[in-house]
Amino acid sequence: MVPIEYYLILSVVLFAMGAAGVLARRNALIIFMSIELMLNAANLAFVTFARQYGQLDGQVFVFFVIAAAAAEVAVGLALIVMIFRSKHSIDVDQMSSLRE
Amino acid sequence: MTTPVKLLDFITILPVIFLAAWACLLLLVDLWVKHKRVTAYLAALGLAIGLGLLWYQAAWIGNAGFNHMVVLDGFSVFVNALLLLSGLLGIALAYGYLRRMGIERGEFYPLVLFSLSGMMLMAQAADLIVVFLSLEFLSIPLYVLTAFAYPKAASEEAGLKYFLLGAFAGGFVVYGIALVYGAAATTALDGIIAAVAEGRANLSLLVSGAALILVGLGFKVAIVPFHMWTPDAYQGAPSAVTAFMSSAAKLAGFAALVRIFALAFSSLSDDLIPILWGLSALTMLVGNLLAIPQTNIKRMLAYSSIAHAGYILMAFTAFGNPGVAEVSIAAVLFYLAAYTVTNYGAWGVVILLERAGDLGLEIGGYAGLGRKYPALAACMTIFMLSLIGLPPTLGLVGKFYLFRAVIAADLIPLAVIGVLTSLISAWYYLRVVVNMYMRTGDPEISPEPWALTITGLMAILTVLVSLLPGWLFFLASQARLNLF
Repeated sequence: MVPIEYYLILSVVLFAMGAAGVLARRNALIIFMSIELMLNAANLAFVTFARQYGQLDGQVFVFFVIAAAAAEVAVGLALIVMIFRSKHSIDVDQMSSLRE
Repeated sequence: MTTPVKLLDFITILPVIFLAAWACLLLLVDLWVKHKRVTAYLAALGLAIGLGLLWYQAAWIGNAGFNHMVVLDGFSVFVNALLLLSGLLGIALAYGYLRRMGIERGEFYPLVLFSLSGMMLMAQAADLIVVFLSLEFLSIPLYVLTAFAYPKAASEEAGLKYFLLGAFAGGFVVYGIALVYGAAATTALDGIIAAVAEGRANLSLLVSGAALILVGLGFKVAIVPFHMWTPDAYQGAPSAVTAFMSSAAKLAGFAALVRIFALAFSSLSDDLIPILWGLSALTMLVGNLLAIPQTNIKRMLAYSSIAHAGYILMAFTAFGNPGVAEVSIAAVLFYLAAYTVTNYGAWGVVILLERAGDLGLEIGGYAGLGRKYPALAACMTIFMLSLIGLPPTLGLVGKFYLFRAVIAADLIPLAVIGVLTSLISAWYYLRVVVNMYMRTGDPEISPEPWALTITGLMAILTVLVSLLPGWLFFLASQARLNLF
């Protein structure tokens, strides 16, 4: 059996990749995908711990997180589409109407 | 250990359920309502009924519901009452403003109610999963509200920025919860305490989880260095939304922070004190210093709101010290109440002076207000004094309690930073006052009855309650955290 640590290391790597993606990428869609990666890293950690403790709780939490993420997608994509329509770009560096 | 759902479970979160259901109904009713004013009054009616239910619910204080997922205690009732009142104030300010700005759409009011029910659930959450769900529940409507002035570019961009950074923060919270679950094999606050007490918990995992949750909630309440979204979101959002978001979202965020850290992580206090110390000092310094060069009043108030998050965090730094925790939580609650009153008043003035097309938002545009509208200028002066923390205002009393808690915890250097940054803040707050009275100009206001009433009322409350603050502090100190 694959040891628990391997899953956890993978989850930490995924989370770090997601966080780095949010900070480094400038395309709103890619940033959003990176955030989803962070959420799924957490899901992997939940499932791993649930398996370690032999509980179902952790697996149920994953459903909650997936549902919340889906709700976020609905609003997030709507916002991105709206901005794309008016600016024809979703590069966050070009959103400068709020800078002094 | 799980018990079947009882009627009592529903009573513990009655106002939350009612508000969410009312918002759903309102979405439907709004289809047939021709004048959106009616929707506003119905939403306000819902909030008033919510307050009534909260009062009814108070008889059951001390109960937990849904297998200890939520609790009903003095703390949650205090916070929820403040949240409902701030919802009423937000709707009153939005009432005329939305029409004037040409964005009077019916969805506005249900969205406010949805967000509020998420916030109220957050104040009652006794399980980290409920904290996460209510965090999303309150945030998602706020993202939409921030972008509510579409197709105005500034509002759309503010919405997207708030959304991206808010979702980013959500990621930290979820991962933090996963780590805490890994450390304690449960996400229930009482379970975490038991696991720590019995030495079952993996402490290094627990500390990293707590730190990630702190980062995530720090984003929500705008603590430096997680504040980047605040000035943009506050400036780009319609002013009535900013008023609501800067008061209510802060309240809910701090309520969750206080409950999670004071209860579940109080044993980690020694590890977390240096972090909280640094964060609050940094927040007070950066918030106040960056507010100085601002010329736009919305941006200035955004930095001011960051600075105030720093003051509140300062009082909470010593949360694990049993002798101080009670005083510091009462001080935090009192300050949140005081900040809500003052903040709504100040935003009321901003809303009265704002004109379509982002006009009337420059601080220079307040010149001559003292001569032309002396009563309004007097109100604004009171709010600015209160934000600095000068007598005779609520801000002074609130800061007094905050500093008392900090000094009781023996964190004197932090208190000194707090006092010094308050002095710095006088610079930019008083600049507004100087502009109003000592420069000549011809500002124009839009005489909206509700916004005028709220502004006047908040000014009166800011002064009157500061003369007799005892009862409010008594209520705040009675608002105890329970666990069961």
